[in-house]
Amino acid sequence: MTAPSPGPVLAVRDLQKHFPLRAGVLQRARAWVRAVDGVAFDVHAGETLGIVGESGCGKSTLARLILRLVEPDAGSVQFAGQDVLAASPGTMKRLRRDMQLVFQDPYASLNPRLTIEDAVAFSLIVHGVRRRAARDSARMLLGRVGLDPDLYGRRYPHELSGGQRQRVNIARALVLDPRLLVLDEPVSALDKSVQAQVINLLQELKTERALTYLFISHDLNVIEYVSGRVLVMYLGQVVESGTADALAEAPKHPYTQALFASAPSMDPERRMARPPISGDPPNPINPPSGCRFRTRCASAMPECAEAPPALVSVAQGHDVACYLYGGSPAAGGSPPRSAVPAATTA
Amino acid sequence: MAVAALPNDTAAVAGAPASYWRTVAWRLSRDPTTLVAGGLLVAIALSALLAPWIAPYDPNAGSIRLRLAPIGAASHPLGTDEQGRDMLSRLLFGGRMTLVAGLTPVVVGFLLGTVLGVVAGYAGGLVNTVVMRTMDVFYAFPAVLLAIAISGALGPGLPNTLLALSIVFVPRVVRVAESATVQVKGLEYVAAGRASGAGVAQILRYHLLANVLGPVLVFSSTQVSLSIILAAGLSFLGLGITPPAAEWGLMLNTLRQSIYVNAWVPALPGLAIFLTSMAFNLVSDGLRDAMEIRG
Repeated sequence: MTAPSPGPVLAVRDLQKHFPLRAGVLQRARAWVRAVDGVAFDVHAGETLGIVGESGCGKSTLARLILRLVEPDAGSVQFAGQDVLAASPGTMKRLRRDMQLVFQDPYASLNPRLTIEDAVAFSLIVHGVRRRAARDSARMLLGRVGLDPDLYGRRYPHELSGGQRQRVNIARALVLDPRLLVLDEPVSALDKSVQAQVINLLQELKTERALTYLFISHDLNVIEYVSGRVLVMYLGQVVESGTADALAEAPKHPYTQALFASAPSMDPERRMARPPISGDPPNPINPPSGCRFRTRCASAMPECAEAPPALVSVAQGHDVACYLYGGSPAAGGSPPRSAVPAATTA
Repeated sequence: MAVAALPNDTAAVAGAPASYWRTVAWRLSRDPTTLVAGGLLVAIALSALLAPWIAPYDPNAGSIRLRLAPIGAASHPLGTDEQGRDMLSRLLFGGRMTLVAGLTPVVVGFLLGTVLGVVAGYAGGLVNTVVMRTMDVFYAFPAVLLAIAISGALGPGLPNTLLALSIVFVPRVVRVAESATVQVKGLEYVAAGRASGAGVAQILRYHLLANVLGPVLVFSSTQVSLSIILAAGLSFLGLGITPPAAEWGLMLNTLRQSIYVNAWVPALPGLAIFLTSMAFNLVSDGLRDAMEIRG
């Protein structure tokens, strides 16, 4: 890692969440969906870490685990050196001021019965700010994200467009003045032109407020544009991580290569006759043995079926979990252990 | 979309945006059916409320000589019943009983059912299973049968009727409140509330109740007509209000034998029950349409 700062803002280690699939009268767990299976990474102050992967690879679950909206089964999350998963309710409430989430669905993420200024002010009221002061702050922030509070403040969400609602969501996340913003597909539900506006707004706010972003998306173009470093996820695991430039120029993992190759291009020379990978990702209830990508991989080898490969460094700050690059099996057949060197928490 | 301007139409959004309840009121004001039904309800409620002052006779004072006078008889505009009591006075007083017996169980059901349903829905797990399966036990019996069984066991009288009918309506409201709560609980704005550090009480108050009360209120209003019919039915069977008090269901029963003597007078309490429950149904339909959030 090329970390200039002493310690990461966010350090995630071996994070794991398996959802039970219940059936029968007694509702016993019959199978487990391995949504997030041993993910580890650091986010440093001021950077934007992008997380990219297909639908169902566990990106959104990861976001909810980090913010402790869903309790992880195993692993640790440290925010500025503080253990998030072991925090008491009081500490947790304080921590929540520092880490906020912007949701994917601009329709389901706003309460239809609250005016947008109340929706934004709600977070402050929760933290004991007087109603009037909270409303003033909310109106100011609405203005900053491009919604005139006099015009829109008293409106209800259903009277706004998708892009406007997403601006409200951003204002709501920022009103507590957080240090880390987890953005779960913040622009995926928006039109292309609106996407650009919202992304530019996010970039401005990042500089203005010295924010750190964890930017989750399935859209490679967006991820490449906003992120410094990128993490590629496949079926709940990290398969490759590196700087956005390194990944775009020389993707190592066959999955990353396929992802970049399938991103649409404006260049007619680069048009494809057929997509580089096809089909859906395997069922996370019963993932393939060994490397999880081997069922769709063009260069799958016999050893890929045996044990999952561990992440190995192929260049400074560029890790890949693939046997093509001399990776060794992950210890005990468990998921990749260390995407980054062990955390030296401040 | 009603008053709300189109979201992207920035030119048209100037001016005071309409609040939710103002929008609902505006929609109701443009719905003639609901207005007429609502007016009828107000008239019925007022006449029941003011019965002691506007009724021309004592509802329980009969006259042997003036039994079963036809509608339009001199000094008795709606005729008299089988004991010579003035029908208009009895209908006015009977409305009080019928409305109390119709509204109280639904109000009790609404309050208790909402609390139980929201708790069951939000807590989930074992609490949900215990509450909902208990409600299913009551659901296993048809409403009429359950009401008859309970008031049969408790004996006739107004308090027992109210209790029996409340037991009928609580489980129905619980179901609606629970399913609405479960649906709202999974939405992202509730997760956003939790992410901003809100406690259970704040989530319940600002996010859940505000979105659950609407559908529960609409559902409860549809149950009023059923409750009126059930209450009248219990009285008709002799399990509800006891004579000589005036109540529409009871009046229907005692006048039943006179239907061959004078067909129109015995039909009056039935007509009153029909009009009142119909009006409640129409108003709740209008309310449901007006309260719908249109995107």
